[in-house]
Amino acid sequence: MSFAFWAVTALTVAGGLAAVTLKNLVHCALAVSVAFAGLAMLFLQLDAQFAGFAQILVYIGAVAILVVFAILLTRNADTPKEGGVFSRTWLAGLVVAAAVFAVLGWAVLAGAKGLPNEAAAPAVTVQQIGQALMGRYVLPLEIVALLLTSALIGAVIVAMHEAVNEKGGAK
Amino acid sequence: MSPLAGYLLVAALLFAIGLAGALTRRNAILVLIGIELMLNAANLNLIAFWRYGPHPEALTGMMFAIFSIAVAAAEAAVGLGLVIQVHRHAKTTDLDQMNRMKG
Amino acid sequence: MLMQEEVAAAFHPGNACIVSFAARVLWLIPALPMMAAGVIALLKQPQRRLSAGLAIGSLSISLVLAVMAFAHVVAGWANHVAVRETVDFTWMQVGAAHVDLGWVLDPLSAIMMVMVCFVGLLIFIYSVGYMAHDENFTRFFCFLALFAGAMLGVVISNSILLLFMNWEIVGLTSYLLIGFWYHKPSAAAAAKKAFLTTRIGDVFFLLGVVWLFAQTGTLLFYNGGGGSMEPLALGGMLATHSALGLTAAGAIALLIFAGAVGKSGQLPLHVWLPDAMEGPTPVSALIHAATMVAAGVYLVARVYPLMAAGIQPGGSTTALMVVTWVGALTAVFAALIAIAQDDIKRILAYSTVSQLGYMMAGLGLGGVAVGMFHLITHAFFKALLFMGAGSVIHGSHDEQDVRKMGGLKDKMPWTFYTYMAGMLALCGFIPFAGFWSKDGILDAGKGWEVSRWPFYLLVFGALLTAFYMTRQISYVFFGHTRSEKHAHESPAVMTVPLAILGFFATVLGLIGTPVWPWFQSFLGSSPAHFEFSALGESGMLMVSSTLVVLVGLGLGWWFYGNKSPKAEEPDALERVMPPVWVVLRNKMYVDELYGVTVIAFYWWWAQVADWLDRRVWGGAVAGVAWAFRGMAQLNRLFDVHWVDGGFDKGCEELAGGGGLLARVQSGRVQTYLRLLALAVVVLAAILIWSSRG
Repeated sequence: MSFAFWAVTALTVAGGLAAVTLKNLVHCALAVSVAFAGLAMLFLQLDAQFAGFAQILVYIGAVAILVVFAILLTRNADTPKEGGVFSRTWLAGLVVAAAVFAVLGWAVLAGAKGLPNEAAAPAVTVQQIGQALMGRYVLPLEIVALLLTSALIGAVIVAMHEAVNEKGGAK
Repeated sequence: MSPLAGYLLVAALLFAIGLAGALTRRNAILVLIGIELMLNAANLNLIAFWRYGPHPEALTGMMFAIFSIAVAAAEAAVGLGLVIQVHRHAKTTDLDQMNRMKG
Repeated sequence: MLMQEEVAAAFHPGNACIVSFAARVLWLIPALPMMAAGVIALLKQPQRRLSAGLAIGSLSISLVLAVMAFAHVVAGWANHVAVRETVDFTWMQVGAAHVDLGWVLDPLSAIMMVMVCFVGLLIFIYSVGYMAHDENFTRFFCFLALFAGAMLGVVISNSILLLFMNWEIVGLTSYLLIGFWYHKPSAAAAAKKAFLTTRIGDVFFLLGVVWLFAQTGTLLFYNGGGGSMEPLALGGMLATHSALGLTAAGAIALLIFAGAVGKSGQLPLHVWLPDAMEGPTPVSALIHAATMVAAGVYLVARVYPLMAAGIQPGGSTTALMVVTWVGALTAVFAALIAIAQDDIKRILAYSTVSQLGYMMAGLGLGGVAVGMFHLITHAFFKALLFMGAGSVIHGSHDEQDVRKMGGLKDKMPWTFYTYMAGMLALCGFIPFAGFWSKDGILDAGKGWEVSRWPFYLLVFGALLTAFYMTRQISYVFFGHTRSEKHAHESPAVMTVPLAILGFFATVLGLIGTPVWPWFQSFLGSSPAHFEFSALGESGMLMVSSTLVVLVGLGLGWWFYGNKSPKAEEPDALERVMPPVWVVLRNKMYVDELYGVTVIAFYWWWAQVADWLDRRVWGGAVAGVAWAFRGMAQLNRLFDVHWVDGGFDKGCEELAGGGGLLARVQSGRVQTYLRLLALAVVVLAAILIWSSRG
């Protein structure tokens, strides 16, 4: 494993850790963006250029921004947090997560000998991806489009201001 | 250790971190962040297998990952919308206090 | 139902296997009044004319049918045919035994039917007037009609069981009619006394019925040779011996006679008859003079073949001697008591008891014809006397004490003359009806060694009869008035029947005189001829009995005559022999004797039974109930503590468990997520573990 791999990995993991442990929510959002970036670089290392750029565009460019919006909209500046950022029963959660990691790690190491190891990356061009999207994967594409539309409408409705709902406006 | 195993372990680590965050943090938005991390870890798994595994179908892994990204985006949007609405009602995003569905 | 029609002839056989129309419709004669009674029972009290009309109408039709039947039998007799037609049917079959019922048309039943219907009809008409002011008019006629039907049922019965059933109904209606004014305690008590006393006799009667059936295998009297009164059965009963030196025939006869003793008020069981005068006067006239009490005599006449079974010429059977003695003793006993009574009806009641004794003695000494002749004549003149007494009571504004009456012969002439006719007939004064019938009895008893003492008793009784009747009429009709109220003659509806009966009381005896003994021949199914020579045989007796009666009348007139003593003064006889008078006045203390013996025992026994019932049976029942309650309590304890408790505990545990499990649903998302992840871990571990192996 090359040095680049380790460096990027360290960055990603650090970013993730920071995201879940920092007190300030905005710092967490920024940290998770760093993690997303690290992941994008990992994708690039894996010769998945389209996935890597899609990751940057969507996750860092949209999801992280969304998260920041949400954080800003749900600020309770007047009420300080009681009891800290972690739940009262944080240990149980940590144990469960550790157990999950253990199992997954065990699965990987147990089957490490049988893992494939192709030398060459699959030769995939963006044109091919485009053609596949419009050809073989047109149905999933359309469904995803529908999904995105409904998510859009749903999110708008869900987050609409209460004043509109009180007036009994049509949903 | 093969490169694939390394990537898989990284994905597992990221997944565990994301899960830990989702399970231990009080703020609802941080739970969503944790969920996004988990999804990303899964994507990494997919791409790793796409690169190192046999590929009679050259595009499958990539497609899977792309669609996963799209869906994750949609889900984040709706989820955050919900969090905002809950915040309006309960005046808080503290998950420890949200136990109205108690059995 | 099996219909068996039979004709048995005695003179010489008549047309065999032809049952006349009269015999076939014979059942209507009792049925019509009974049906009328049923209809009247459904009517309302104000419907008086309808109820009286139904009763009188049904009895009139019965009278017509009875006369038809009588005419048929007389026609047969005139042709030297002894009519005895029976119609029988099987009521039920129990194993091999038949329970048969049926009716018989022969001279005995024919003459009795006519008498009952005729006298009954007159009394029904009389009652319309007598009971006019009573508010329970309708009920009265219902009971009267039922009585008439039942009495006629007794008369026509060919089956001893049917006779018994009707006998019981007669007893019931007697109870209902004596206690007609039930709100009077004395009337209710008298009705109860009548019923219970006759019941004692009826128990023995029933025993006799059952024994008869067991002995002969048939319930029918006449059944073409197989009946219980026919020679075959009689022979069988004579051959069987029972206790006390009696044959089965004698024993059964005595048991059946016991029933007659109760119903006809003979000596030990006579106590109910005087008290029965509590009932309305028409009831006394009909039931306790003419018909019901005569039922006992009729019963003895009906089973006479049984009573006389094994009789040797010039001798008698045990049963018949018992009948004679009981009759003679009763005759004298009751006559003695009658002398000292003050209630007009009570005198007549004791007179009835006495005359019934005469009838029984007549049956015992002379046979069916002698006893029945006196019964028929007695029915007429005693009914007349009772109805006359009712007229006197009605006219004296409900006064019944003879010492408070007097001088009524001018104020109530019709009543007086008819009453005189009845009184002379009762005394046996020539040529009234009673003379011929009583003389028949005396004639049968005279000269016979075995019946010497009964004969003397009967003669003494005749003297006493004349004495007390003279006393009665001199108190009531002669002398001067002792009551304040003004007496008046009764209405025509009451005096016309009196006149009719008075006529019969005078002339009826002519059918049974020794010169032309039509009655006796008719009953005995033998030809009747005019025999003036018979006057010579019985002439001595006729003269001596007339002398005895004249002595009695004279004594009575000498003591009482026109004197009319006030009620507070002692009676003329009382002045002469005070202790005897007191005993006679208190009815020879028979009631008191019964009170301390039978009734006292009965009360004691009732207390014993009550104690048994309450303590022993009641205790047993209570014990069972207590045991059940105990068991119920045990069950309850078990149920509450074990079953319920166990169940409740189980439910509590379940709820607790549920509560525990519910804690999983904390309502917090992160908890659910943790559980999810944990589950995945476990599943994955299992999968990996299994795939490794």
